[in-house]
Amino acid sequence: MPTESRSEPVRVDVRKTCKLFINGAFPRSESGRTYVVADSRGRFLANAALGSRKDARDAVLAARAAQPRWWGATAYNRGQVLYRVAEILEGRREQFIDEVSRGEGITRARAAAQVAESIDRWVYYAGFADKVSQVLGSANAVAGPYFNLSVPEPNGVMALIAPERPSLLGLVAITAPALAAGNACVIVASQAHPLPAIGLSEVLATSDVPGGVVNILTGSASEIGPWLAGHRDVDALDLTGVADAALATDLVQRAAGSVTRVRLADPAEDLTRVPGLGRLRFTCQVKTVWHPIGT
Amino acid sequence: MTSGPTTALFDYAPAPEAIGIAPIANSYDLFIGGQFVPPVAGGRLATVNPATEQILTEVGLADAADVDRAVKAARRAQEGWARMRGRDRGKLLFRIARLMAERSRELAVLETLDNGKPIRESRDVDIPLACAHVFYHAGWADKLGYAGLGANPRPLGVAAQVIPWNFPLLMLAWKIAPALATGNTVVLKPAETTPLTALRFAEICQQADLPPGVVNILTGGPQTGAALISHPGIDKVAFTGSTEVGRSIQRTLAGRVPVTLELGGKGANIIFEDAPIDQAVEGIVEGIFFNQGAVCCAGSRLLVAEPIVEVVVEALQRRLATLRLGDPMDKNTDIGAINSPDQLARITSLVAAGVAEGAACWTSPAPLPERGYWCAPTVFTGVHQTHRIAREEIFGPVLSVLTFRTPAEALAKANDTTYGLAAGVWTEKGSRILAIAEGLHAGVVWANTYNRFDPSSPFGGVKESGYGREGGPQGLAGYVHAD
Repeated sequence: MPTESRSEPVRVDVRKTCKLFINGAFPRSESGRTYVVADSRGRFLANAALGSRKDARDAVLAARAAQPRWWGATAYNRGQVLYRVAEILEGRREQFIDEVSRGEGITRARAAAQVAESIDRWVYYAGFADKVSQVLGSANAVAGPYFNLSVPEPNGVMALIAPERPSLLGLVAITAPALAAGNACVIVASQAHPLPAIGLSEVLATSDVPGGVVNILTGSASEIGPWLAGHRDVDALDLTGVADAALATDLVQRAAGSVTRVRLADPAEDLTRVPGLGRLRFTCQVKTVWHPIGT
Repeated sequence: MTSGPTTALFDYAPAPEAIGIAPIANSYDLFIGGQFVPPVAGGRLATVNPATEQILTEVGLADAADVDRAVKAARRAQEGWARMRGRDRGKLLFRIARLMAERSRELAVLETLDNGKPIRESRDVDIPLACAHVFYHAGWADKLGYAGLGANPRPLGVAAQVIPWNFPLLMLAWKIAPALATGNTVVLKPAETTPLTALRFAEICQQADLPPGVVNILTGGPQTGAALISHPGIDKVAFTGSTEVGRSIQRTLAGRVPVTLELGGKGANIIFEDAPIDQAVEGIVEGIFFNQGAVCCAGSRLLVAEPIVEVVVEALQRRLATLRLGDPMDKNTDIGAINSPDQLARITSLVAAGVAEGAACWTSPAPLPERGYWCAPTVFTGVHQTHRIAREEIFGPVLSVLTFRTPAEALAKANDTTYGLAAGVWTEKGSRILAIAEGLHAGVVWANTYNRFDPSSPFGGVKESGYGREGGPQGLAGYVHAD
């Protein structure tokens, strides 16, 4: 046909299969389920994996196994790895701006601001990794001949439910402090806008973050959340993304089974602003060590 | 010496503390809004001296109506208390600390009568530490901006506080001092079996001219505590007690208000082969037989390096045989009474389980008095990780001895528990102390010492021992809106 031969051939682009991120690998959901991710006008963007109870348990297992090595690394090293995440993310700005703006239906300028703040937030916590103990710890002047030191230690395995929006920054705002303090994480990404989280998992996989330290599940927080909340190997539960009061109540009650500490969503919290110490404080528990002084 | 130098016991003449210093009235009311008021429904509760089984007095049994009155009184007082200049709030707390110190002998006698712990411990540990705790926090009241909680940490409001019977006045101080320093008001429920020092503290609040309603004390039973924590008018719950109750509190509150929990423990005390044995034995005794073992952070699991287990156990038994059990009011007494028949029954049943599961049981030869609730120091050897006495909190003078071969095994065994409150490590090797301290899943680690407490030193657990800290700047975080 004459008209076709005159124009360039249209290239069919290669689309990405959206998968989970567990133990440094990208598996499909063991349940075999997916759900449709649409843009703000309802147009098809992708099929994301609909994570299941089994996926959540696999993720907790991976996180538990990975956490000692992550915490055992020097704080300086953790800071460098987090800085590396910022570097890789910076190089993929366009991809994330695209995913955030299409998914959330916001302008490219607003999406660009969100991506920029997300990158800067990694840098912020990269610089915090080796200062957590100085900021949250203390040398205590006890009334006796004892050396007494309080140091923050990570909770261990944290389960985080990311807010629906901002889809990238919300995820980064809750994950980066947990990692800086030495925790391993299991994260439930924004259900409606999971593509930035999936993109971030690819960034993490290439940023020297050891496999299993961050695990990202896509799917329904109301389906996966209860299994994470009741899991005895989850040491702390961050419900920043749980706006539904009934679900939050259910999750706190499930967490009570193993006396797991919980941080609830705070409607007043502005995730776009650099937070105070509250987030970091929730990622740690203070350990106090005594030793007699004598010759 | 025919009986050998290590087993000879000197005869001690009785040295009883005078109890006249702590007169006890026939009946006590609740302390609400700065006044002693009878319970609305008129309920009463007897409190018993566990060393004699004699009724000491009766106190008010607060119910939901009393809880409501107390929470409202605390609410009315809160705004003014928070608005008061920090230095003035601080001065009132300093005043309370001084009044407590002035009445310390009286408080110690009362504590021992009500709780059964030796007067030596209430006099030298409980009361001085309680005074120190209030004094320490008084100083924070005008310096909160420097506590690492933001420039202007705001109080939460009305704190509901429920405390146990093992350190009645000390636990009261741990709860009330940080709450008041940060501008909260409190409704505190002392334990059912040990209400007396809390009521004396209420008198001290009156003597200090603390504004009415800042501190409210509700005596009563478990229903009182349940009504308090489920009252819609509270802004914070602080609880010290069993893990079981802690769980139910988290379920009841379901995130409605912030909560801090200081729960049970099954502390490991790890003795390496290079440990100073004599000091370690003292530490083991301090770790599990202090306060009749009714200490949530007790070193109830002794992990001994295999090559020295016989030496350690023998030295321990020799030392335990010298501990004097009996009249808590006697200044020579080391081991007092168990606080209640319920607690004694729980200890006895777990000891029976230890025997049934095949561990070897040794009991101190100390004779037990005829009346009262008593448990002789008990040591189990040949204990396995799976035994109930190695897994469940006994809250009594019962030690389980296990062995290990390598530091890694010691850590694995120490951490093989659902609890994570406290642990100990004994070795002369500094690098090993630091490695073990880092590897232990516990909120407090005592190295070459055990059971030390200080208001500036944060205390609290991980895992099923709860969350939140008491003491130090970290302890203030549980009572403020921090940044």
